[in-house]
Amino acid sequence: MCGIVGLFLKDKALEPKLGAMLSEMLICLTDRGPDSAGIAIYGTATGNEAKITVQSPKPDRDFRGLDADLAKAIGAPVSVAVKSTHAVIRTTPDKVDAAREALQALRPDIRVMGAGEAVEIYKEVGLPEAVVDRFDVRSMTGTHGIGHTRMATESAVTTMGAHPFSTGADQCLVHNGSLSNHNNVRRELVRDGMKFETENDTEVAAAYLSNRMAHGKNLGEALEGTLSDLDGFFTFVVGTKNGFGVVRDPIACKPAVMAETDQYVAFGSEYRALTKLPGIDNARVWEPEPATVYFWEH
Amino acid sequence: MPANTMSKAERDQSHARVFDLSQHPLRELNQALHKLTPGSNETAWEVLHPMGSHSVAVGVDQPVSIDVRGSVGYYCGGMNDGGAITVHGSAGPGVAENMMSGSIVIKGDASQYAGATGRGGLLVIEGNASSRCGISMKGIDIVVHGNIGHMSAFMAQSGNLVVLGDAGDALGDSIYEARLFVRGKVESLGADCIAKEMRPEHIELVQGLLDKAGVTGVKASEFKRYGSARKLYNFNIDNADAY
Repeated sequence: MCGIVGLFLKDKALEPKLGAMLSEMLICLTDRGPDSAGIAIYGTATGNEAKITVQSPKPDRDFRGLDADLAKAIGAPVSVAVKSTHAVIRTTPDKVDAAREALQALRPDIRVMGAGEAVEIYKEVGLPEAVVDRFDVRSMTGTHGIGHTRMATESAVTTMGAHPFSTGADQCLVHNGSLSNHNNVRRELVRDGMKFETENDTEVAAAYLSNRMAHGKNLGEALEGTLSDLDGFFTFVVGTKNGFGVVRDPIACKPAVMAETDQYVAFGSEYRALTKLPGIDNARVWEPEPATVYFWEH
Repeated sequence: MPANTMSKAERDQSHARVFDLSQHPLRELNQALHKLTPGSNETAWEVLHPMGSHSVAVGVDQPVSIDVRGSVGYYCGGMNDGGAITVHGSAGPGVAENMMSGSIVIKGDASQYAGATGRGGLLVIEGNASSRCGISMKGIDIVVHGNIGHMSAFMAQSGNLVVLGDAGDALGDSIYEARLFVRGKVESLGADCIAKEMRPEHIELVQGLLDKAGVTGVKASEFKRYGSARKLYNFNIDNADAY
């Protein structure tokens, strides 16, 4: 199963409520996936600040003094905002790669959830409500976001096996379905220099997208490629700096419902997830077509 | 309005037992419906605030009318045997799955595998139906005012599927003896499904179904018929390479 939600705001007045709206949508789909949950929220990019969301199995140890240690290592100002097992590291955009490299040496147990100018990614094992509470997602503001609640099939229930998976700067992926050729694709990607944290099929899809974009494709082209190169069932939702995209495999067994009003575009694995959105009774509601890439962008 | 000027439907509606799913759990609704016995006076039901709930009015086996005011999730009206269910909204996957008899009307759209494995009764979708509409149908009649998605009527065994709009890819793949009638364009036909002649008995059949489904302004002669070429019924040794 698994449940996916996405919300792209057109009406700026709703931005302070983005976290609360996405949280309710995700909690509504708890019975589609009680193993773990995650959410990616996009704030407004300022252009002079980059964010790296990191996770640690021992946050007390790893996050203590991290700001000073990292600032010293990269020679730039660093701030660290801790939220439970995660922390958002802020620094200047030109220092992101240096910071990621320094993190490996300074705190080897830390894992990077995602990085970019706008995105913050939080994911953990547990029910959506517990994950939302743990990271205080309801209070978050933003322009758009995606969320996922997982019923594990292809790999263990771990933090790193939860979605969203980062696919590049300000990009991430959530998946409902299961891929059957992920071991083969992983081997090909490893040969091309990609690195993997888990045995998870969705991580392969995320790495596939990153790899294709590293070879010069844009995100739309990379998503088109999934239709021929990935075998299995999938409804993918990808978050980008400016919006989100949706693609379903040609068989399209995995459910998807979209709704659009003057105020927002929303995605849900089921209509249930959309029922509390404002004006839903008069929204245009439809199912995205199979094997078709959709994008909504600001 | 005085009772003697009301139609039967309006009289029923005015006495309808109202069930608000925002106040009571779905299980209470379905248990109340299952407890109905032949001859019960509670023949009209109204369900409020379904909010996309799954399994609304599943397993109804008495000739009662049920009006659902809003959109439903998976499997609405599944196994219906005699009920007249109207969804004033859209339906999620598997609406009317394995219906035995009675009728289900969806005022909006239906998601995938509407009417799957249905054995009898009439399913009317006033909007569009998505993929696998009428998959493995076994006697149900389905009338879709709009379009249907890919792989519809896959392995359909008997019954009639009438589509006023277009059909997606691989219509009627591996079909047995169900009859498919499409007024618009068919993206592609599935294995062993072919176009067939519309004979007078088919015109009569389609006209009867259009009347039952309340469709007006559409002529049965506008439809094309599709059905089985009957080449896949038995194993043919010449096809062994395909397995």
